[in-house]
Amino acid sequence: MEARDVRQALVRRPRQYPFGAWPWRSAAYLVSGVLGGALACVVLLVLLLASLLLVGIPLLLSGGVALGGAERLRLRLVDRTPAADPHRLPAAPGLGAWVRTRAGERATWRELGYALLFATVLWLLDALVLAVTVAAPGALLAAPLLLAADGQETKLLKSVLVTSYPGAFAGAAVGALALVALCYPLGLYAAGRGALARALLTPGERDGLGEVIASRARLVDAFEAERRRIERDLHDGAQHRLVALTMTLGLARLDAPPAGPLAARLAQAQEEAGQVLAELRELIHGIHPQVLADYGLGPALADAADRTAVPVDADLDGLPRLPAAVESAAYFTGREALANVDRHSGATRARLTGRHDGRVLVLTVEDDGRGGADPAGGSGLTGLADRLAVLDGTLTITSPPGGPTVLRVEIPCRVRSESSSPRTASSSGRD
Amino acid sequence: MPRSLRVVLAEDGVLLREGLIGLLSRFGHEVVAAVGDAEALRAAVAAHDPDVVLTDVRMPPGFRDEGLRAAVALRAERPGLPVLVLSQYVQRDYASDLLDSGDGSGVGYLLKDRVGQVEEFVDALDRVAAGGTVVDPEVVRQLLRRRRDPLAALTPREREVLALVAEGHSNGEVARRLVVTEAAVGKHIGNILAKLDLPPAEDTHRRVLAVLAYLQA
Repeated sequence: MEARDVRQALVRRPRQYPFGAWPWRSAAYLVSGVLGGALACVVLLVLLLASLLLVGIPLLLSGGVALGGAERLRLRLVDRTPAADPHRLPAAPGLGAWVRTRAGERATWRELGYALLFATVLWLLDALVLAVTVAAPGALLAAPLLLAADGQETKLLKSVLVTSYPGAFAGAAVGALALVALCYPLGLYAAGRGALARALLTPGERDGLGEVIASRARLVDAFEAERRRIERDLHDGAQHRLVALTMTLGLARLDAPPAGPLAARLAQAQEEAGQVLAELRELIHGIHPQVLADYGLGPALADAADRTAVPVDADLDGLPRLPAAVESAAYFTGREALANVDRHSGATRARLTGRHDGRVLVLTVEDDGRGGADPAGGSGLTGLADRLAVLDGTLTITSPPGGPTVLRVEIPCRVRSESSSPRTASSSGRD
Repeated sequence: MPRSLRVVLAEDGVLLREGLIGLLSRFGHEVVAAVGDAEALRAAVAAHDPDVVLTDVRMPPGFRDEGLRAAVALRAERPGLPVLVLSQYVQRDYASDLLDSGDGSGVGYLLKDRVGQVEEFVDALDRVAAGGTVVDPEVVRQLLRRRRDPLAALTPREREVLALVAEGHSNGEVARRLVVTEAAVGKHIGNILAKLDLPPAEDTHRRVLAVLAYLQA
């Protein structure tokens, strides 16, 4: 599990942290912060002077917006998770519309506030932290070199006078230890600094995104409920009547004189009713498979794997019962992936794996086909990616030409709390 | 002519419930209680002590698998109580749960569509009541489809025989359906059991269980 940002790297693997890339990234973040901040300071002074002449307000705004964009990019140094752009697209083309849109956005003013803070306080703080955690140990580390260059003496951190090589090397050793020890506070500061930038520069709940996510989740729930309702109506209505009809026809066949035209007609009618029933059964299964509700994700996916033309090795051992929305989204994504294997891949074998580690459900579908699958190529997966997004889930597809194609679904979720089914793993995941 | 059976029937759809009562009485069986939910089913079994229980999987109040669970619970309480479950789904997990209850004798899992094949359906009910094991051909087909590798060693004829055995038919019945002699069927079954590394078994019901266990492994 790769750390996504400095904080995770510090918390999860503190012992490996000094020897990885994260201290370097933190230092780079602060160095670029100092340079950017100094530049911003100059630009800000110029713009403030300009705004005394009243043309500066749009300039000041656009300066803030530009800086915000640059800072969101720079955030990648300490946090791999992309920072979302909080701005709306302007309603119309042209500078006037752009200024009006931006001036009306809360995010723009937050960016301007950040720009002011950055140009006046933050970059100086960055410089101070760098001086203490990097520059000072660095200077100690360089003591032998400085002594060699001077030939006579050097002062450690401008205070301790050293005239001999053992002394200089002792200083360097202290510097090396200090560098390792101080990279922790460096990382902590960089993480905090990044969190501040993220808080001010990315969309907040009040920018309407939270509402969008909530309404999407409501839509997905409504859609699920509707599926279940349709399934239930078909089951209790049409399916039930059709079964009764075939039974009536069966009884009529007993009453008809055997081997006559009537018996033949009845047999034909029964045959057709039977076919309608089989089709209806498949249709209902496609809308909402009952096995998913009764037995959960493992058996439902094993069942889907049974139905593909390409042989599938299903490894779904010990998947617990998960929240209904998760089971449903994961099931339909898995089924769609298997259908794509059948339709497009030219594979001779596929592998379906499901795991839940207590926090995240990971589902992978691999095939040995020709690869080159394009997720944007109008496959049913795009709609499913939206469904997963509502659950904070992700869908990734790697499919180099020549294969193999690997589709991976991750959904963060906990095990379902209410024990809706006493038999969870009793019959799931047989080879 | 098989004996007359006392049947407890659980089916929430009125149309089908009435139809089944008519159908069974026509074949000389008696429906001693017809109920519409799992709770009433357990009460009816306690009150009537029937020869066989015929139940739907899906019933009120939850419309999930209450009927199946009631059937499994009843078999745990009364070992040897024959139960035939009707389902709208081709689903091996339902069948497995049933076969795991008791020692797998006197259970059946059939698709609801089969009630149209009136005589075969009543025959299946008789076999379950007599302690046999009946599994719907659709479910068997699904199981056969899953296990591709070891089954590849079987000849097409042996596969046909295996499917019929898994559905719970006796040697005589398999012979009749495939229009071969019973001795030929016996030979095929011997070959199949050897190829699949299964213990030889004389008794039909044990043989069915062995084959099903193999298919689900």
